[in-house]
Amino acid sequence: MNTIVDVLGQADLGAPRSSIPLAAGEVRAGFPSPADDYLETTLDLNELLIPHPTATFFVRAKGHSMERHGIYDGDLLIVDRSLEATVGDVVIMAVDGELTCKQMQKIGQRYYLCSGNEHFPPIPLAGCECHCWGVVTDNVHSLRRGRSGK
Amino acid sequence: MIGLVDCNNFYASCERVFRPDWEGRPLAVLSNNDGCVIARSNEAKQLVEMGAPAFKIPPSVRRELILVSSNYTLYGDMSRRVTATLREFTPDVEIYSIDESFLGFDGFRIERLKDHCQRLRYVVRRNTGIPVSVGLSTSRTLAKVANKLAKKVAVYEGVCLLQPDSEITRRILEDTPVTDLWGVSGRLGQRLSQMGIVTAWQLREADPKRIRARFSVVQERLVYELRGIDCIDTDDYGEPKKNIMTSRSFGRLTSDPQEVRAAIRAHAARGAEKLRKQGSVARAIQVHLKTNKHREDLAQYYPALVVQLPHPSNDTRVIVGAAQTALSRIWRDGYRYMKAGVMMLDLVQADSLQHDIFDSPASDAERERSAKVSAVMDELNRRMGRGTVRLGGTRGRADWKLKAELLTQRYTTRWNELPTAKT
Repeated sequence: MNTIVDVLGQADLGAPRSSIPLAAGEVRAGFPSPADDYLETTLDLNELLIPHPTATFFVRAKGHSMERHGIYDGDLLIVDRSLEATVGDVVIMAVDGELTCKQMQKIGQRYYLCSGNEHFPPIPLAGCECHCWGVVTDNVHSLRRGRSGK
Repeated sequence: MIGLVDCNNFYASCERVFRPDWEGRPLAVLSNNDGCVIARSNEAKQLVEMGAPAFKIPPSVRRELILVSSNYTLYGDMSRRVTATLREFTPDVEIYSIDESFLGFDGFRIERLKDHCQRLRYVVRRNTGIPVSVGLSTSRTLAKVANKLAKKVAVYEGVCLLQPDSEITRRILEDTPVTDLWGVSGRLGQRLSQMGIVTAWQLREADPKRIRARFSVVQERLVYELRGIDCIDTDDYGEPKKNIMTSRSFGRLTSDPQEVRAAIRAHAARGAEKLRKQGSVARAIQVHLKTNKHREDLAQYYPALVVQLPHPSNDTRVIVGAAQTALSRIWRDGYRYMKAGVMMLDLVQADSLQHDIFDSPASDAERERSAKVSAVMDELNRRMGRGTVRLGGTRGRADWKLKAELLTQRYTTRWNELPTAKT
């Protein structure tokens, strides 16, 4: 009685060793180990905060006008240039040749850059020399001095 | 179809991403050591010559011109971002220099290719801030020609596709001097004109066998390239005076750091040798690695890093040393690499360099001393901030304050040099 075999291909001897953790304990067929639910790698902040690394830049906030939006002087802004800005987004705009952090708002049919601070009136987008530089997705606001590379 | 994507005035564009106030103003980038112009924005092209020494720029021009020192850390990082973005448009991306890549579009529908490349331009600009132009054709040489048109002729809007046998291509090649072609040096141009070949079209129509007999197989390939047949590999095919690329596939995938290290050493040494052969020195080098894009089952990694040389050099030891440093910075275990390469950047003719104290022909002892001095300087600059210690020029009138103002921030690679946004 002959056994029929198929050649599947050559074993790849050069492949790097997989680093997937193996479940501890014996494998009993038919009984999934309760430990399987706890098989996790470490959490990576980059994965959460930077889905588009090649389009993401870090920008330092300077000034106090965006405090109502939770952005304080010296905070580290994560800016994703691959996103299209929509109303309500906090954005980095190049206004008159200067990088500026504001919130994009629509009042009636017009777009404005707002700061959430009555001392800084909204800047109408029409007729101002500006372009959108990127969308601020997150803010790293440190609670201890000397953090976030300040 | 093959696309050549070229960043417009790359160094100047990198600087402008973070300085919107420099948009539309004449901007020139200087080499760090001897302060001559190595890159210009469009507006600066009428004001200063390429290679002009900074101290010879007249005060009247100087007032209009923004001058910055070359910031290779920034350019290298921006180059990496652009290349990674290009990979979203085709898996087949081949780095040709710090600001140029060849893209393979096999299997793409030709009638949609222009739109695809317009989209590519838009996305690269949006994601990285860098403007690019795209030339498309069936050979690299014609893609280069198309790229020039895409950049210069407004009607193309940055994307130009040349069909090799079209009437338009014929007219363009008739208007193109043979010396404008990729890989045709002035000397080769002279020898071709002695044969009555002055335009690119005449070279295309020449008998390839005759060209081969007169020159070599490389020039014969050029004839076929102009007919739209892709037969030049970018490896070992650098334009003199611009950049030199030495790269090679390993023949099989490797994760062995020793093997990759040896390959990088060999490429760097060969690059240095080629520099000496054409009498050039490089100001910086770029090292890159590639995994196999066709193996979707394997993790992909395409690192690239630019390292500025301590002074313009074609010394094997200097270049190999810099390449090994770059490699150790980008090396990651666990990937299976297919290709490694080293590129010589920003070449100048060695004899046109102004001599600074480290440029003179040095004995081994002097070189060793200069290496020690460089290391101490680097250490001080690292600890106490950039520009703390610098080389004194031998030109007498070194303007220290001016020098310090010329350095722009490493906006993307240093926590303490990030761009700021006013709230």
